[in-house]
Amino acid sequence: MQASIEVRLSPAVQYLLRLGDTCLIHAQRLVEWCGHAPVLEEDIALSNMALDFLGQARGLLTHAAALEGLGHDEDQLAFLRDERDYRNLTLVELPRGDFAHTMLCNTMLSTWLKLLWARLVDSSDAELAGIAGKAVKEARYHQQHAGDWVVRLGRGTQESRRRCEQALGELWRYVPEMFESDAIDDAARLSGLGPRWSELHQPWLTEMGAILGEAGLALPPESAFRSTGKRGLHSEHMGFILAEMQHLQRAFPGGVW
Amino acid sequence: MKDAAAASRRLAEAWAVLGSVLDPEVPALSVRDLGIVRDVLDHGDALEIVLTPTYSGCPATEVIEHDVLAAIAAAGLGPARVTMRRAPAWTTDWISTEGRRKLAEYGIAPPGPVAADAAAPIRIVGRRADAVACPRCHSLCTERLSAFGSTACKAMYRCLSCREPFEHFKPI
Repeated sequence: MQASIEVRLSPAVQYLLRLGDTCLIHAQRLVEWCGHAPVLEEDIALSNMALDFLGQARGLLTHAAALEGLGHDEDQLAFLRDERDYRNLTLVELPRGDFAHTMLCNTMLSTWLKLLWARLVDSSDAELAGIAGKAVKEARYHQQHAGDWVVRLGRGTQESRRRCEQALGELWRYVPEMFESDAIDDAARLSGLGPRWSELHQPWLTEMGAILGEAGLALPPESAFRSTGKRGLHSEHMGFILAEMQHLQRAFPGGVW
Repeated sequence: MKDAAAASRRLAEAWAVLGSVLDPEVPALSVRDLGIVRDVLDHGDALEIVLTPTYSGCPATEVIEHDVLAAIAAAGLGPARVTMRRAPAWTTDWISTEGRRKLAEYGIAPPGPVAADAAAPIRIVGRRADAVACPRCHSLCTERLSAFGSTACKAMYRCLSCREPFEHFKPI
């Protein structure tokens, strides 16, 4: 069994891992739909989007490893960290739920990512700006696709609407974490690495309000609950998804095919 | 002078070879047609071929890198190395005119120009569908069946005139 690696999480590395791990864990959740989506077209769409997220995660983790300076690579960061060293949003580690749940989660996340990537295009870090230049185009397409579905489900049958409302009730409590700024954000703002996430809050609410409005769904009030995945304190679901994701590299260290 | 002439001939030959390396997922196009070869540099001891990825997660990237090096070696132009350049990000606007013609011939509707309003807010409802022409009968009476196709870069369409399904290379 391969032991965990020790990581050195400077503020810049953490800023990159918050984004990179969010892409990585979201990709891992999306591929759970492979072979299970309600129609073939969506099966293909979800796998393709997972691939985009995985590609973005690879770039970010490789760059985080370079900044960390301990000789780690993307695979070691992806597969050999302990749970507390993952810095993804709690939102993406939640069980995938039903199709409405995944589409709403995708819409919330893609809208957020699109706004964040658009800012990171101007990062003082050339590599991060390069990754963002590519990813912002992908995020637009993801947002369009998932947003179309939220509208379709919200305006669809009683059942699809009920499921959409249920998903909204379940997911909305994880929104504050997306926009809470802390010392990591302050450092990124100061160095020009990226924006404070709190700066994305208003534009995000505006876009989400428009999409939910089209779907006939009301923008819920802000939840008092605060999730903390991006600080390394995860929900009870994180251990399970990591166990599945890491199993191969833990059991067969360095295994490739 | 003689060395300079030899170097420029080597570069010209390398570009010609790259014109024959096909994209593994859209084998109608060479990597040059696709616009992903950003530069070829002669460092004297080795050639450097600068590529840019199409999509962040494109699984063909590593195969392309391998194929490029194999083709350069086979042409006796090696040693060579491939480097990746992310910025500026690849756009379908870089697909050559020749590449667009080959795509249509192959049965894939080529991408239109990337809209200048690409940064405009997303419109969920009341959006005008892109008019994608059928690569077989050229009718504009077509409809989208699926936002994603066999690869991330394509969507599935159907022609309502000749009833044939076809793929569309999405503009990004």
